[in-house]
Amino acid sequence: MTTTPHISMQKTLLELFNLSKNFGSIKAVDGLSLSLKKGNVYGLLGPNGSGKSTTLGMVLNVVNPTSGYFQWYSGTITTHQALKKIGAIIERPNFYPYMTALQNMVLLCKIKECDTNGIEEKLKLVGLWERRNSKFSTFSLGMKQRLAIAAALINNPELLILDEPTNGLDPEGIHQIRKLILNIAKMGTTILLASHLLDEVEKVCSHVIVLKKGVKYYEGPVDQITVAHGFFEIKCTPIEAAIHFLESLSDISEIQNEKDLIRVFPKNDMKPESLSKKLAEAKIYPTHFVWRKPTLEDQFLSLTQT
Amino acid sequence: MRLLYIELYKLGHNTISKLLIFGYFLLILSISILSTIKIEFGPIKFYLAEQGIFNFPYIWHFNTFIIALFKVFFAVIIVAMVGNEYSNRTLKQNLIDGLSKGEFLRSKLYAIIAFVTVSTLLVFIISLILGGIYSDYTEWSIVFSDVEYLLAYAIKLFCFFTFCLLLSILIKRAAFALGFLAFWQFFEGINFGLLNWKLETYFPSISVDQVFQFYPLNAMSNLIKEPFSRLSAIQNIANEIGDGFTKDYSVTLLSIFIALSWSALFIFISYQLLKRRDL
Repeated sequence: MTTTPHISMQKTLLELFNLSKNFGSIKAVDGLSLSLKKGNVYGLLGPNGSGKSTTLGMVLNVVNPTSGYFQWYSGTITTHQALKKIGAIIERPNFYPYMTALQNMVLLCKIKECDTNGIEEKLKLVGLWERRNSKFSTFSLGMKQRLAIAAALINNPELLILDEPTNGLDPEGIHQIRKLILNIAKMGTTILLASHLLDEVEKVCSHVIVLKKGVKYYEGPVDQITVAHGFFEIKCTPIEAAIHFLESLSDISEIQNEKDLIRVFPKNDMKPESLSKKLAEAKIYPTHFVWRKPTLEDQFLSLTQT
Repeated sequence: MRLLYIELYKLGHNTISKLLIFGYFLLILSISILSTIKIEFGPIKFYLAEQGIFNFPYIWHFNTFIIALFKVFFAVIIVAMVGNEYSNRTLKQNLIDGLSKGEFLRSKLYAIIAFVTVSTLLVFIISLILGGIYSDYTEWSIVFSDVEYLLAYAIKLFCFFTFCLLLSILIKRAAFALGFLAFWQFFEGINFGLLNWKLETYFPSISVDQVFQFYPLNAMSNLIKEPFSRLSAIQNIANEIGDGFTKDYSVTLLSIFIALSWSALFIFISYQLLKRRDL
Protein backbone atom coordinates (compact mmCIF):
# COMPACT_ATOMS: atom_id res chain seq x y z
CA MET A 1 0.00 0.00 0.00
CA THR A 2 1.35 3.36 -0.95
CA THR A 3 0.29 6.78 0.15
CA THR A 4 0.95 9.92 -1.78
CA PRO A 5 3.05 12.29 0.27
CA HIS A 6 1.09 15.28 1.42
CA ILE A 7 2.61 18.48 0.19
CA SER A 8 1.91 21.16 2.73
CA MET A 9 3.79 23.85 0.84
CA GLN A 10 1.62 26.73 -0.24
CA LYS A 11 1.24 27.27 -3.96
CA THR A 12 3.35 30.14 -5.27
CA LEU A 13 1.28 32.58 -7.29
CA LEU A 14 3.82 35.21 -8.24
CA GLU A 15 7.57 35.55 -8.03
CA LEU A 16 9.75 38.56 -8.78
CA PHE A 17 13.43 38.11 -9.47
CA ASN A 18 15.62 41.17 -9.15
CA LEU A 19 13.02 43.26 -10.93
CA SER A 20 14.04 46.84 -11.77
CA LYS A 21 12.46 49.74 -13.57
CA ASN A 22 14.18 52.98 -14.45
CA PHE A 23 12.43 56.08 -15.68
CA GLY A 24 15.33 57.92 -17.19
CA SER A 25 17.86 58.26 -14.40
CA ILE A 26 15.32 57.62 -11.66
CA LYS A 27 15.22 54.11 -10.26
CA ALA A 28 11.54 53.56 -9.54
CA VAL A 29 12.02 49.91 -8.62
CA ASP A 30 15.49 48.64 -7.77
CA GLY A 31 16.28 44.93 -7.74
CA LEU A 32 13.06 43.79 -6.13
CA SER A 33 12.63 40.08 -5.35
CA LEU A 34 9.42 38.75 -3.87
CA SER A 35 7.21 35.76 -3.82
CA LEU A 36 3.50 35.66 -3.11
CA LYS A 37 1.98 32.48 -1.73
CA LYS A 38 -1.62 31.44 -2.00
CA GLY A 39 -3.77 32.07 1.05
CA ASN A 40 -1.92 35.04 2.50
CA VAL A 41 -3.07 38.63 2.58
CA TYR A 42 -0.18 40.89 1.71
CA GLY A 43 0.14 44.57 2.38
CA LEU A 44 2.47 46.45 0.09
CA LEU A 45 3.53 49.51 2.03
CA GLY A 46 5.54 52.51 1.09
CA PRO A 47 5.34 56.27 0.92
CA ASN A 48 4.18 57.95 -2.29
CA GLY A 49 6.68 57.37 -5.06
CA SER A 50 8.23 54.31 -3.47
CA GLY A 51 7.58 52.16 -6.52
CA LYS A 52 4.42 50.35 -5.45
CA SER A 53 2.36 51.18 -8.53
CA THR A 54 5.31 50.64 -10.87
CA THR A 55 5.87 47.18 -9.39
CA LEU A 56 2.22 46.31 -9.85
CA GLY A 57 2.29 47.79 -13.38
CA MET A 58 5.13 45.46 -14.31
CA VAL A 59 3.49 42.27 -13.10
CA LEU A 60 0.24 43.40 -14.70
CA ASN A 61 1.80 43.67 -18.17
CA VAL A 62 1.46 47.43 -18.63
CA VAL A 63 4.97 48.54 -17.66
CA ASN A 64 8.04 46.92 -19.21
CA PRO A 65 10.75 45.98 -16.69
CA THR A 66 14.20 47.49 -17.33
CA SER A 67 15.87 44.37 -15.98
CA GLY A 68 15.03 41.27 -14.01
CA TYR A 69 11.93 39.21 -14.55
CA PHE A 70 8.80 37.88 -12.92
CA GLN A 71 6.69 34.81 -13.37
CA TRP A 72 3.14 33.83 -12.60
CA TYR A 73 2.26 30.36 -11.33
CA SER A 74 5.92 29.32 -11.32
CA GLY A 75 6.16 30.11 -15.01
CA THR A 76 3.65 27.49 -16.10
CA ILE A 77 1.52 29.99 -18.04
CA THR A 78 2.09 33.26 -19.87
CA THR A 79 1.47 36.55 -18.12
CA HIS A 80 -1.66 37.43 -20.04
CA GLN A 81 -3.16 33.99 -19.41
CA ALA A 82 -2.35 34.36 -15.71
CA LEU A 83 -4.01 37.80 -15.62
CA LYS A 84 -7.28 36.19 -16.68
CA LYS A 85 -7.20 34.20 -13.44
CA ILE A 86 -6.56 37.12 -11.13
CA GLY A 87 -8.37 40.38 -10.44
CA ALA A 88 -6.71 43.76 -10.25
CA ILE A 89 -7.75 47.31 -9.48
CA ILE A 90 -5.22 50.01 -10.14
CA GLU A 91 -5.56 53.69 -9.38
CA ARG A 92 -8.75 54.91 -11.02
CA PRO A 93 -11.46 52.59 -12.32
CA ASN A 94 -11.22 52.34 -16.11
CA PHE A 95 -14.32 51.33 -18.03
CA TYR A 96 -16.01 52.26 -21.29
CA PRO A 97 -17.98 55.37 -20.29
CA TYR A 98 -20.61 54.93 -22.99
CA MET A 99 -21.51 51.41 -21.89
CA THR A 100 -23.74 50.48 -18.97
CA ALA A 101 -22.37 48.62 -15.94
CA LEU A 102 -23.83 45.40 -17.29
CA GLN A 103 -22.42 45.88 -20.81
CA ASN A 104 -18.99 46.59 -19.35
CA MET A 105 -19.17 43.40 -17.31
CA VAL A 106 -20.22 41.32 -20.33
CA LEU A 107 -17.28 42.67 -22.32
CA LEU A 108 -14.96 41.89 -19.42
CA CYS A 109 -16.20 38.29 -19.32
CA LYS A 110 -15.41 38.01 -23.02
CA ILE A 111 -11.87 39.27 -22.42
CA LYS A 112 -11.31 37.08 -19.39
CA GLU A 113 -12.99 34.15 -21.12
CA CYS A 114 -15.20 33.47 -18.15
CA ASP A 115 -18.88 32.79 -17.73
CA THR A 116 -21.34 35.71 -17.66
CA ASN A 117 -23.48 33.95 -15.03
CA GLY A 118 -21.47 35.47 -12.20
CA ILE A 119 -22.28 39.05 -13.15
CA GLU A 120 -25.52 39.30 -11.18
CA GLU A 121 -23.95 37.91 -8.00
CA LYS A 122 -20.96 40.26 -8.15
CA LEU A 123 -23.01 43.35 -8.95
CA LYS A 124 -25.29 42.52 -6.02
CA LEU A 125 -22.26 42.04 -3.78
CA VAL A 126 -21.14 45.62 -4.41
CA GLY A 127 -24.69 46.98 -4.41
CA LEU A 128 -24.87 48.01 -8.05
CA TRP A 129 -27.36 45.51 -9.43
CA GLU A 130 -30.16 48.13 -9.39
CA ARG A 131 -27.95 50.46 -11.40
CA ARG A 132 -26.80 47.84 -13.90
CA ASN A 133 -28.45 49.58 -16.84
CA SER A 134 -26.96 53.00 -16.08
CA LYS A 135 -24.07 54.21 -18.14
CA PHE A 136 -20.68 54.09 -16.43
CA SER A 137 -20.22 57.81 -17.08
CA THR A 138 -23.18 58.59 -14.78
CA PHE A 139 -21.59 56.82 -11.77
CA SER A 140 -20.07 58.58 -8.76
CA LEU A 141 -16.45 57.80 -7.89
CA GLY A 142 -17.53 55.46 -5.11
CA MET A 143 -19.82 53.57 -7.47
CA LYS A 144 -17.08 53.38 -10.11
CA GLN A 145 -14.70 51.95 -7.54
CA ARG A 146 -17.30 49.42 -6.46
CA LEU A 147 -17.89 48.43 -10.06
CA ALA A 148 -14.13 47.95 -10.38
CA ILE A 149 -14.23 45.59 -7.41
CA ALA A 150 -17.12 43.64 -8.92
CA ALA A 151 -15.13 43.44 -12.16
CA ALA A 152 -12.01 42.25 -10.36
CA LEU A 153 -14.02 39.52 -8.62
CA ILE A 154 -15.92 38.35 -11.69
CA ASN A 155 -13.77 35.28 -12.30
CA ASN A 156 -13.48 34.34 -8.60
CA PRO A 157 -9.79 35.24 -8.75
CA GLU A 158 -7.04 33.34 -6.97
CA LEU A 159 -5.33 36.64 -6.31
CA LEU A 160 -6.81 40.08 -5.94
CA ILE A 161 -4.49 43.04 -6.47
CA LEU A 162 -5.69 46.34 -5.03
CA ASP A 163 -3.75 49.55 -5.53
CA GLU A 164 -4.93 52.34 -3.22
CA PRO A 165 -8.55 51.21 -3.43
CA THR A 166 -9.87 53.97 -1.17
CA ASN A 167 -8.03 56.87 -2.79
CA GLY A 168 -10.23 59.87 -3.34
CA LEU A 169 -13.33 58.39 -1.73
CA ASP A 170 -15.48 60.08 0.90
CA PRO A 171 -15.63 58.53 4.41
CA GLU A 172 -18.70 56.48 3.57
CA GLY A 173 -17.12 55.21 0.38
CA ILE A 174 -13.94 54.31 2.25
CA HIS A 175 -15.99 52.44 4.84
CA GLN A 176 -17.90 50.49 2.16
CA ILE A 177 -14.74 49.49 0.31
CA ARG A 178 -13.00 48.41 3.53
CA LYS A 179 -15.93 46.27 4.53
CA LEU A 180 -15.85 44.66 1.12
CA ILE A 181 -12.11 43.96 1.33
CA LEU A 182 -12.48 42.45 4.80
CA ASN A 183 -15.26 40.19 3.56
CA ILE A 184 -13.22 39.12 0.55
CA ALA A 185 -10.24 38.39 2.78
CA LYS A 186 -12.45 36.28 5.04
CA MET A 187 -13.54 34.21 2.05
CA GLY A 188 -9.93 33.07 1.70
CA THR A 189 -8.93 35.01 -1.40
CA THR A 190 -5.24 35.87 -1.61
CA ILE A 191 -4.93 39.65 -1.64
CA LEU A 192 -2.11 42.04 -2.42
CA LEU A 193 -3.10 45.42 -1.06
CA ALA A 194 -0.91 48.38 -1.91
CA SER A 195 -1.60 51.35 0.27
CA HIS A 196 -0.09 54.10 2.30
CA LEU A 197 -3.04 54.04 4.66
CA LEU A 198 -1.61 51.87 7.40
CA ASP A 199 -4.67 51.11 9.47
CA GLU A 200 -6.18 49.77 6.27
CA VAL A 201 -3.31 47.32 5.91
CA GLU A 202 -3.15 46.51 9.63
CA LYS A 203 -6.78 45.44 9.68
CA VAL A 204 -6.62 42.89 6.88
CA CYS A 205 -3.07 41.82 6.15
CA SER A 206 -1.18 38.81 7.41
CA HIS A 207 2.07 39.77 5.70
CA VAL A 208 3.67 43.08 4.84
CA ILE A 209 6.21 44.16 2.29
CA VAL A 210 7.72 47.58 2.90
CA LEU A 211 9.19 49.50 -0.03
CA LYS A 212 11.18 52.70 -0.01
CA LYS A 213 12.67 54.28 -3.11
CA GLY A 214 12.11 51.06 -4.97
CA VAL A 215 14.05 48.94 -2.47
CA LYS A 216 12.52 46.31 -0.22
CA TYR A 217 12.98 47.19 3.47
CA TYR A 218 11.00 44.44 5.07
CA GLU A 219 9.07 41.37 4.09
CA GLY A 220 7.37 39.04 6.48
CA PRO A 221 4.39 38.42 8.76
CA VAL A 222 2.78 41.51 10.26
CA ASP A 223 3.29 40.36 13.86
CA GLN A 224 7.00 39.77 13.40
CA ILE A 225 8.07 43.28 12.60
CA THR A 226 10.21 43.77 15.69
CA VAL A 227 11.70 47.17 15.33
CA ALA A 228 10.14 48.46 18.53
CA HIS A 229 8.97 46.88 21.75
CA GLY A 230 6.25 49.29 22.60
CA PHE A 231 6.35 51.67 25.54
CA PHE A 232 4.65 52.48 28.82
CA GLU A 233 2.78 55.62 29.78
CA ILE A 234 2.88 56.42 33.45
CA LYS A 235 1.36 59.22 35.54
CA CYS A 236 2.08 59.59 39.23
CA THR A 237 2.98 62.06 41.97
CA PRO A 238 5.55 63.08 42.83
CA ILE A 239 6.82 62.72 39.30
CA GLU A 240 10.50 63.44 40.04
CA ALA A 241 10.87 60.43 42.33
CA ALA A 242 9.39 58.11 39.73
CA ILE A 243 11.72 59.41 37.00
CA HIS A 244 14.66 59.03 39.35
CA PHE A 245 13.70 55.44 40.10
CA LEU A 246 13.08 54.54 36.45
CA GLU A 247 16.46 55.97 35.43
CA SER A 248 18.09 53.59 37.87
CA LEU A 249 16.61 50.53 36.13
CA SER A 250 19.06 48.79 33.77
CA ASP A 251 16.65 47.56 31.08
CA ILE A 252 15.16 50.92 30.21
CA SER A 253 16.57 52.61 27.14
CA GLU A 254 14.81 55.96 27.21
CA ILE A 255 12.56 58.03 29.38
CA GLN A 256 10.56 60.94 28.04
CA ASN A 257 8.80 63.41 30.26
CA GLU A 258 6.00 65.52 28.92
CA LYS A 259 4.16 67.63 31.51
CA ASP A 260 2.86 65.06 33.98
CA LEU A 261 3.21 62.09 31.65
CA ILE A 262 6.24 59.79 31.59
CA ARG A 263 6.98 57.61 28.57
CA VAL A 264 9.19 54.63 29.26
CA PHE A 265 10.88 52.74 26.42
CA PRO A 266 12.25 49.35 27.43
CA LYS A 267 15.40 47.92 25.84
CA ASN A 268 13.80 44.57 25.16
CA ASP A 269 10.46 42.87 25.54
CA MET A 270 9.29 43.95 28.97
CA LYS A 271 6.06 42.62 30.38
CA PRO A 272 3.81 45.27 31.95
CA GLU A 273 3.38 43.23 35.10
CA SER A 274 7.12 43.16 35.75
CA LEU A 275 7.37 46.95 35.50
CA SER A 276 4.36 47.56 37.74
CA LYS A 277 5.83 45.12 40.28
CA LYS A 278 9.10 47.04 40.34
CA LEU A 279 7.23 50.33 40.78
CA ALA A 280 5.24 48.88 43.65
CA GLU A 281 8.39 47.62 45.34
CA ALA A 282 9.74 51.18 45.16
CA LYS A 283 6.46 52.37 46.67
CA ILE A 284 5.47 54.25 43.54
CA TYR A 285 1.78 53.86 42.75
CA PRO A 286 0.86 55.22 39.33
CA THR A 287 -2.51 56.86 38.76
CA HIS A 288 -2.20 56.00 35.09
CA PHE A 289 -0.38 53.02 33.64
CA VAL A 290 -0.74 52.07 29.96
CA TRP A 291 1.23 49.62 27.86
CA ARG A 292 1.26 50.89 24.28
CA LYS A 293 2.05 48.31 21.63
CA PRO A 294 3.77 49.70 18.58
CA THR A 295 1.27 50.39 15.80
CA LEU A 296 2.07 49.47 12.25
CA GLU A 297 2.42 53.17 11.66
CA ASP A 298 5.20 53.50 14.28
CA GLN A 299 7.01 50.53 12.80
CA PHE A 300 6.52 51.71 9.27
CA LEU A 301 7.88 55.13 10.09
CA SER A 302 10.87 53.72 11.92
CA LEU A 303 11.57 51.44 8.97
CA THR A 304 11.31 54.04 6.26
CA GLN A 305 12.81 57.03 8.03
CA THR A 306 16.18 55.47 8.74
CA MET B 1 -13.58 35.18 -33.53
CA ARG B 2 -13.44 36.07 -29.83
CA LEU B 3 -11.20 39.02 -30.65
CA LEU B 4 -13.46 40.22 -33.48
CA TYR B 5 -16.45 39.87 -31.18
CA ILE B 6 -14.73 41.97 -28.51
CA GLU B 7 -13.97 44.77 -30.96
CA LEU B 8 -17.44 44.74 -32.53
CA TYR B 9 -18.94 44.77 -29.02
CA LYS B 10 -16.93 47.89 -28.20
CA LEU B 11 -18.01 49.60 -31.43
CA GLY B 12 -21.57 48.36 -31.30
CA HIS B 13 -22.29 49.98 -27.95
CA ASN B 14 -20.92 53.35 -28.97
CA THR B 15 -23.62 55.51 -30.50
CA ILE B 16 -21.22 57.73 -32.41
CA SER B 17 -19.29 54.92 -34.05
CA LYS B 18 -22.56 53.16 -34.86
CA LEU B 19 -23.78 56.31 -36.62
CA LEU B 20 -20.50 56.71 -38.51
CA ILE B 21 -20.50 53.09 -39.66
CA PHE B 22 -24.12 53.37 -40.72
CA GLY B 23 -23.34 56.64 -42.50
CA TYR B 24 -20.39 55.11 -44.28
CA PHE B 25 -22.38 52.26 -45.73
CA LEU B 26 -25.14 54.67 -46.63
CA LEU B 27 -22.62 56.75 -48.59
CA ILE B 28 -21.59 53.66 -50.52
CA LEU B 29 -25.20 53.06 -51.42
CA SER B 30 -25.56 56.67 -52.44
CA ILE B 31 -23.50 56.08 -55.56
CA SER B 32 -26.63 54.69 -57.10
CA ILE B 33 -28.10 58.16 -56.83
CA LEU B 34 -25.60 59.22 -59.49
CA SER B 35 -27.58 57.16 -61.92
CA THR B 36 -30.57 59.40 -61.50
CA ILE B 37 -28.74 62.62 -62.38
CA LYS B 38 -30.45 64.13 -65.33
CA ILE B 39 -29.77 67.61 -66.55
CA GLU B 40 -32.09 69.05 -69.14
CA PHE B 41 -31.16 72.47 -70.36
CA GLY B 42 -33.16 73.43 -73.39
CA PRO B 43 -31.99 71.23 -76.20
CA ILE B 44 -29.05 69.82 -74.21
CA LYS B 45 -29.88 66.69 -72.33
CA PHE B 46 -27.30 65.27 -69.97
CA TYR B 47 -28.07 61.94 -68.45
CA LEU B 48 -25.09 60.71 -66.44
CA ALA B 49 -26.07 57.08 -66.46
CA GLU B 50 -25.96 57.10 -70.26
CA GLN B 51 -22.44 58.48 -70.46
CA GLY B 52 -21.17 54.95 -70.12
CA ILE B 53 -20.00 55.12 -66.53
CA PHE B 54 -22.14 52.11 -65.68
CA ASN B 55 -20.94 49.98 -68.58
CA PHE B 56 -19.29 46.69 -67.77
CA PRO B 57 -16.37 46.35 -67.26
CA TYR B 58 -15.69 50.07 -66.85
CA ILE B 59 -18.12 50.21 -63.93
CA TRP B 60 -15.72 48.17 -61.76
CA HIS B 61 -13.07 50.80 -62.26
CA PHE B 62 -15.39 53.76 -61.83
CA ASN B 63 -17.29 52.53 -58.75
CA THR B 64 -14.26 51.29 -56.87
CA PHE B 65 -12.48 54.58 -57.47
CA ILE B 66 -15.40 56.77 -56.43
CA ILE B 67 -16.46 54.69 -53.45
CA ALA B 68 -12.87 54.44 -52.20
CA LEU B 69 -13.01 58.21 -51.67
CA PHE B 70 -15.45 57.57 -48.82
CA LYS B 71 -12.77 55.65 -46.92
CA VAL B 72 -11.92 58.86 -45.07
CA PHE B 73 -15.17 58.51 -43.11
CA PHE B 74 -14.17 55.10 -41.98
CA ALA B 75 -10.72 56.35 -41.08
CA VAL B 76 -12.42 58.56 -38.49
CA ILE B 77 -13.96 55.46 -36.91
CA ILE B 78 -10.66 53.62 -36.75
CA VAL B 79 -8.76 56.56 -35.33
CA ALA B 80 -11.53 57.12 -32.78
CA MET B 81 -11.72 53.49 -31.75
CA VAL B 82 -8.02 53.47 -30.88
CA GLY B 83 -7.92 57.01 -29.49
CA ASN B 84 -10.78 56.20 -27.10
CA GLU B 85 -8.90 53.22 -25.73
CA TYR B 86 -6.11 55.57 -24.77
CA SER B 87 -8.22 58.44 -23.44
CA ASN B 88 -10.50 56.16 -21.40
CA ARG B 89 -7.43 54.20 -20.28
CA THR B 90 -9.28 51.06 -21.27
CA LEU B 91 -6.25 49.79 -23.20
CA LYS B 92 -4.47 49.58 -19.86
CA GLN B 93 -7.50 47.90 -18.30
CA ASN B 94 -7.81 45.42 -21.19
CA LEU B 95 -4.19 44.37 -20.68
CA ILE B 96 -4.67 44.01 -16.93
CA ASP B 97 -7.78 41.95 -17.54
CA GLY B 98 -5.73 39.47 -19.54
CA LEU B 99 -5.77 40.59 -23.16
CA SER B 100 -2.24 40.43 -24.56
CA LYS B 101 -0.88 43.34 -26.57
CA GLY B 102 -0.85 41.15 -29.67
CA GLU B 103 -4.47 40.19 -29.10
CA PHE B 104 -5.42 43.83 -28.67
CA LEU B 105 -3.86 44.73 -32.02
CA ARG B 106 -5.38 41.69 -33.69
CA SER B 107 -8.87 42.56 -32.46
CA LYS B 108 -8.51 45.94 -34.16
CA LEU B 109 -7.11 44.35 -37.32
CA TYR B 110 -9.90 41.80 -37.50
CA ALA B 111 -12.45 44.59 -37.23
CA ILE B 112 -10.71 46.40 -40.09
CA ILE B 113 -10.67 43.25 -42.21
CA ALA B 114 -14.35 42.65 -41.45
CA PHE B 115 -15.28 46.15 -42.56
CA VAL B 116 -13.12 46.00 -45.67
CA THR B 117 -14.82 42.72 -46.59
CA VAL B 118 -18.32 44.09 -46.05
CA SER B 119 -17.44 47.26 -47.94
CA THR B 120 -16.00 45.31 -50.88
CA LEU B 121 -19.02 43.03 -51.02
CA LEU B 122 -21.30 46.04 -51.01
CA VAL B 123 -19.42 47.63 -53.90
CA PHE B 124 -19.60 44.37 -55.78
CA ILE B 125 -23.36 44.06 -55.32
CA ILE B 126 -24.13 47.69 -56.12
CA SER B 127 -21.97 47.63 -59.23
CA LEU B 128 -23.61 44.42 -60.37
CA ILE B 129 -27.08 45.91 -59.94
CA LEU B 130 -26.28 49.28 -61.50
CA GLY B 131 -24.44 47.59 -64.35
CA GLY B 132 -27.32 45.19 -64.81
CA ILE B 133 -29.69 48.12 -65.24
CA TYR B 134 -27.61 50.54 -67.29
CA SER B 135 -24.82 48.61 -69.01
CA ASP B 136 -24.85 48.24 -72.76
CA TYR B 137 -23.12 44.88 -72.48
CA THR B 138 -24.36 42.14 -70.20
CA GLU B 139 -22.46 39.10 -71.44
CA TRP B 140 -20.96 37.17 -68.54
CA SER B 141 -17.47 37.30 -69.96
CA ILE B 142 -17.59 41.09 -70.11
CA VAL B 143 -19.37 41.50 -66.79
CA PHE B 144 -16.69 39.64 -64.93
CA SER B 145 -13.67 41.02 -66.69
CA ASP B 146 -11.62 43.60 -64.83
CA VAL B 147 -12.91 42.44 -61.44
CA GLU B 148 -9.33 42.81 -60.19
CA TYR B 149 -10.40 46.36 -59.38
CA LEU B 150 -12.36 44.89 -56.48
CA LEU B 151 -9.21 43.24 -55.17
CA ALA B 152 -7.35 46.52 -55.59
CA TYR B 153 -10.20 48.25 -53.76
CA ALA B 154 -9.95 45.87 -50.80
CA ILE B 155 -6.16 46.26 -50.62
CA LYS B 156 -6.38 50.02 -50.94
CA LEU B 157 -8.80 50.22 -48.03
CA PHE B 158 -6.86 47.76 -45.91
CA CYS B 159 -3.59 49.60 -46.47
CA PHE B 160 -5.18 52.96 -45.69
CA PHE B 161 -6.84 51.69 -42.53
CA THR B 162 -3.66 50.06 -41.24
CA PHE B 163 -1.96 53.41 -41.80
CA CYS B 164 -4.71 55.05 -39.70
CA LEU B 165 -4.26 52.35 -37.06
CA LEU B 166 -0.54 53.08 -36.84
CA LEU B 167 -1.10 56.83 -36.64
CA SER B 168 -3.67 56.51 -33.89
CA ILE B 169 -1.44 54.19 -31.85
CA LEU B 170 1.52 56.47 -32.44
CA ILE B 171 -0.26 59.71 -31.57
CA LYS B 172 -2.89 58.31 -29.14
CA ARG B 173 -5.30 61.18 -29.72
CA ALA B 174 -7.91 60.85 -32.43
CA ALA B 175 -7.97 64.48 -33.51
CA PHE B 176 -4.19 64.78 -33.76
CA ALA B 177 -3.94 61.48 -35.62
CA LEU B 178 -6.38 62.76 -38.25
CA GLY B 179 -4.46 66.01 -38.39
CA PHE B 180 -1.27 64.10 -38.98
CA LEU B 181 -2.95 62.13 -41.76
CA ALA B 182 -3.83 65.39 -43.50
CA PHE B 183 -0.32 66.65 -42.89
CA TRP B 184 1.14 63.49 -44.39
CA GLN B 185 -0.96 63.92 -47.53
CA PHE B 186 0.40 67.45 -47.77
CA PHE B 187 3.94 66.22 -47.11
CA GLU B 188 3.74 63.72 -49.97
CA GLY B 189 2.45 66.47 -52.22
CA ILE B 190 5.40 68.73 -51.40
CA ASN B 191 7.80 65.86 -51.88
CA PHE B 192 6.32 65.20 -55.28
CA GLY B 193 6.86 68.81 -56.18
CA LEU B 194 10.45 68.75 -54.97
CA LEU B 195 11.14 65.52 -56.82
CA ASN B 196 9.70 66.99 -59.99
CA TRP B 197 11.92 69.97 -59.60
CA LYS B 198 15.24 68.50 -58.53
CA LEU B 199 15.37 64.79 -59.28
CA GLU B 200 16.17 65.23 -62.95
CA THR B 201 19.16 67.41 -62.09
CA TYR B 202 20.80 64.82 -59.88
CA PHE B 203 19.49 61.46 -61.09
CA PRO B 204 18.44 61.93 -64.70
CA SER B 205 17.98 58.19 -65.20
CA ILE B 206 15.20 57.89 -62.59
CA SER B 207 11.74 59.22 -63.34
CA VAL B 208 9.69 60.94 -60.67
CA ASP B 209 6.90 58.40 -60.85
CA GLN B 210 9.34 55.58 -60.23
CA VAL B 211 10.25 57.08 -56.87
CA PHE B 212 6.88 58.48 -56.00
CA GLN B 213 5.06 55.18 -56.39
CA PHE B 214 6.75 54.03 -53.17
CA TYR B 215 5.22 56.75 -51.00
CA PRO B 216 2.51 55.16 -48.86
CA LEU B 217 -0.50 57.29 -49.73
CA ASN B 218 0.50 57.48 -53.38
CA ALA B 219 1.02 53.72 -53.42
CA MET B 220 -2.59 53.36 -52.28
CA SER B 221 -3.95 55.73 -54.88
CA ASN B 222 -1.86 54.02 -57.57
CA LEU B 223 -3.82 50.83 -57.00
CA ILE B 224 -6.82 52.32 -58.74
CA LYS B 225 -5.93 55.11 -61.14
CA GLU B 226 -8.39 57.87 -61.87
CA PRO B 227 -11.03 56.60 -64.28
CA PHE B 228 -12.31 59.88 -65.71
CA SER B 229 -9.89 60.26 -68.61
CA ARG B 230 -10.87 56.76 -69.66
CA LEU B 231 -14.45 57.80 -70.38
CA SER B 232 -15.16 57.69 -74.08
CA ALA B 233 -16.59 61.18 -74.04
CA ILE B 234 -13.42 62.62 -72.64
CA GLN B 235 -11.22 60.45 -74.84
CA ASN B 236 -13.13 61.80 -77.80
CA ILE B 237 -12.53 65.39 -76.77
CA ALA B 238 -8.84 64.66 -76.24
CA ASN B 239 -8.60 63.10 -79.68
CA GLU B 240 -10.32 66.05 -81.30
CA ILE B 241 -7.87 68.46 -79.73
CA GLY B 242 -5.24 66.25 -81.28
CA ASP B 243 -3.69 65.45 -77.98
CA GLY B 244 -4.75 61.82 -77.81
CA PHE B 245 -3.11 59.93 -75.02
CA THR B 246 -2.78 56.41 -73.84
CA LYS B 247 -2.50 55.49 -70.22
CA ASP B 248 -2.23 52.23 -68.39
CA TYR B 249 -5.30 51.96 -66.18
CA SER B 250 -4.85 48.39 -65.11
CA VAL B 251 -4.10 47.21 -61.59
CA THR B 252 -0.41 46.36 -61.58
CA LEU B 253 1.14 43.63 -59.47
CA LEU B 254 3.87 46.04 -58.40
CA SER B 255 1.37 48.48 -56.92
CA ILE B 256 -0.33 45.64 -55.01
CA PHE B 257 3.03 44.49 -53.71
CA ILE B 258 4.03 47.99 -52.58
CA ALA B 259 0.72 48.57 -50.79
CA LEU B 260 0.80 45.23 -49.02
CA SER B 261 4.39 45.82 -47.94
CA TRP B 262 3.38 49.12 -46.42
CA SER B 263 0.49 47.43 -44.59
CA ALA B 264 2.83 44.82 -43.17
CA LEU B 265 5.23 47.52 -42.04
CA PHE B 266 2.42 49.59 -40.48
CA ILE B 267 1.19 46.59 -38.51
CA PHE B 268 4.70 45.66 -37.43
CA ILE B 269 5.49 49.17 -36.17
CA SER B 270 2.11 49.37 -34.42
CA TYR B 271 2.90 46.18 -32.57
CA GLN B 272 6.38 47.33 -31.62
CA LEU B 273 4.97 50.62 -30.32
CA LEU B 274 2.40 48.81 -28.21
CA LYS B 275 4.98 46.39 -26.91
CA ARG B 276 7.63 48.91 -25.94
CA ARG B 277 5.54 51.65 -24.44
CA ASP B 278 4.70 51.81 -20.76
CA LEU B 279 1.10 52.66 -20.04
